[in-house]
Amino acid sequence: MNGSVSRSQLVRGGRGSVVPAVELRTYYDQPVIKQPVWTWEIPWYFFIGGLSGASAVLTGVVSASGHRRLARAARRVSTAALVPSPVLLIMDLGRPERFHHMLRVVRPTSPMSVGSWTLFAFSGAQAGATLLAELDRLPRLRALADLAAAALGSVMTTYTAVLFSDTAVPVWHEARRELPFVFAAGAAASAGAATMLVAGDAGGPARRLAIGGAVAELAAVEAMHRRLGELDEPYELADAARYARAAKWLTTAGAVVTGVGGRSRALRAVGAGMILGAALCERWAVYRAGFISARDPKYTVGPQRSRIDRQRRATGTA
Amino acid sequence: MTASAKRSTAAPGYRDAHERMGFFTDTTVCIGCKACEVACKEWNLIPSSDTAMTGNSYDNTGGLGADTWRHVAFIEQRVPEITAMGVSGVFTGERVARPGSTAAGSAPAPPVGGEPVDLARIGGDGFAGDQTVDRDSIDFTRTGEDGLVVPIGSSADAQLRWLMSSDVCKHCTTAACLDVCPTGSLFKTEFATVVVQPDICNGCGYCVPACPYGVLDRREDDGRVWKCTLCYDRLRDGQEPACAKACPTDSINFGPHADMLAMARERLDEVVDAGYAGAQLYGDGPSGGVDGAGSLFLLLDEPEVYGLPPDPVAPSKQLRSMWRAAAAASGALVAGVAMALLGGRR
Repeated sequence: MNGSVSRSQLVRGGRGSVVPAVELRTYYDQPVIKQPVWTWEIPWYFFIGGLSGASAVLTGVVSASGHRRLARAARRVSTAALVPSPVLLIMDLGRPERFHHMLRVVRPTSPMSVGSWTLFAFSGAQAGATLLAELDRLPRLRALADLAAAALGSVMTTYTAVLFSDTAVPVWHEARRELPFVFAAGAAASAGAATMLVAGDAGGPARRLAIGGAVAELAAVEAMHRRLGELDEPYELADAARYARAAKWLTTAGAVVTGVGGRSRALRAVGAGMILGAALCERWAVYRAGFISARDPKYTVGPQRSRIDRQRRATGTA
Repeated sequence: MTASAKRSTAAPGYRDAHERMGFFTDTTVCIGCKACEVACKEWNLIPSSDTAMTGNSYDNTGGLGADTWRHVAFIEQRVPEITAMGVSGVFTGERVARPGSTAAGSAPAPPVGGEPVDLARIGGDGFAGDQTVDRDSIDFTRTGEDGLVVPIGSSADAQLRWLMSSDVCKHCTTAACLDVCPTGSLFKTEFATVVVQPDICNGCGYCVPACPYGVLDRREDDGRVWKCTLCYDRLRDGQEPACAKACPTDSINFGPHADMLAMARERLDEVVDAGYAGAQLYGDGPSGGVDGAGSLFLLLDEPEVYGLPPDPVAPSKQLRSMWRAAAAASGALVAGVAMALLGGRR
């Protein structure tokens, strides 16, 4: 095996096995689908892209309600997280010099095409809003740019979930209803945490967003694991398990520390760091579990075979 | 218009309508010569791959990938073992009724052979010791529960069948790889085949995990994704693909998809009549996961035995519900942010 999962962990019929009773038949245990070829840039982008998008949503809502200091902090967070985003995406390409091919067609059937165009437009709106805000010019145009960035930012936080779900990777595709909520909640929590750090005394709403986002993240992740059922096993294996555990503990502890230590700047920083780390770990957990579920044919063959058997039983043509 | 006629038309968007073209791979006559693999590599100028012994029978290519567009699978099966697993339709030599009729009666499994043999009794070189053990009766690849080698008792029990199958891109009607491609590099040709344009592909890698059959992969030193083109260049010159041309047993057939479908169904009847009740067509379904494949297969066992997904679904078929979930999550995010503000500035 070329990964960190040993065969012994994947004994058929074991706890959480997809097909417990019948021996699953495979071709020399070779994978049926291909593992993704993506590398570390992708989970990092999912994290900072989500952070940037959710911060833009925060900026839009906050500036519309007139909290100028908080809006400025959130806008700065969003822009800072946005800058490395396209760099990471381009680095991950097999042919980085052809990155502009992403913009030669608009393909609504491709979440990556939708995402590329969203990131492109979001970058424009965010750059314009930041420029006007920092120069303190043309407030109406700035408000318009903030609004556009907020709308596009909300897409930035969830399109990545559609991108993962629209693959044959079992733990991604089968979690398609919950994954957008996992990513949106993590993005909300991290946007709140980062903005709270930058905004200082004005960060009250950001702190509430960080805590609320963390709680929502715990709930969404739990819902995802429940949906996956027996197929949840990859989240209990190897590095995916470590990331998932770390994410859970960091989210919980981060929410508690942020909630309790509101007056202390140091405690706030610790809590914010935990919440940011949790969102990053959660993306790594999802990313790695996808690889594990793609590598072992039982996660592909098992559910498909059960589906066929169910259909045969239903139509009585066993 | 019948479903089959509809599927036989070429891809939409072409002024000159052309019939849908495709493969029919009849695995029952495959002899595992790998001429298809070699011809494919030669014609398409595919770089050589690492040749390592996999230990999986004669299969040393492993599976389809960037540098393997035809892949011959080798499956060795002992008839008593697979029968004991409850696998239906193993060749028994007896004629069986067609599936669907009531009198389906395949013969029961012959019993698994004699008593386990203690290897220590056989001697250092394997056969010099206890001469009462006939070397031809020993199956060194299989041990009983106690770890002892199981001898094969009689010729009936020694039945071994060897399944060979040349796998290839399925050229799906609903192709997930094409749906997710963000650059337009993947496209559907006038023959309704699915092809990657190497001058457009930027190696984003999205098609790689999107394919429910695991066909596409990225070439590491090249950075782009490669797969079977169904010899698009040859087709445009009225030639058959290199693999079909090279196949010495006509296991790989090529022609209009409708003809391939008819040929496959006719051959299935023959094979089932001959006693292979487990024979089945793969990729012929008009509905289902990929809305029918351009590459049809006649298999003698379940698809997963050959490394094929038993019920593949193009993930992009669920795209609408995925975006709905994403829209709901984005809406919840905006609502959540607004609620965080309700508590005031501090």
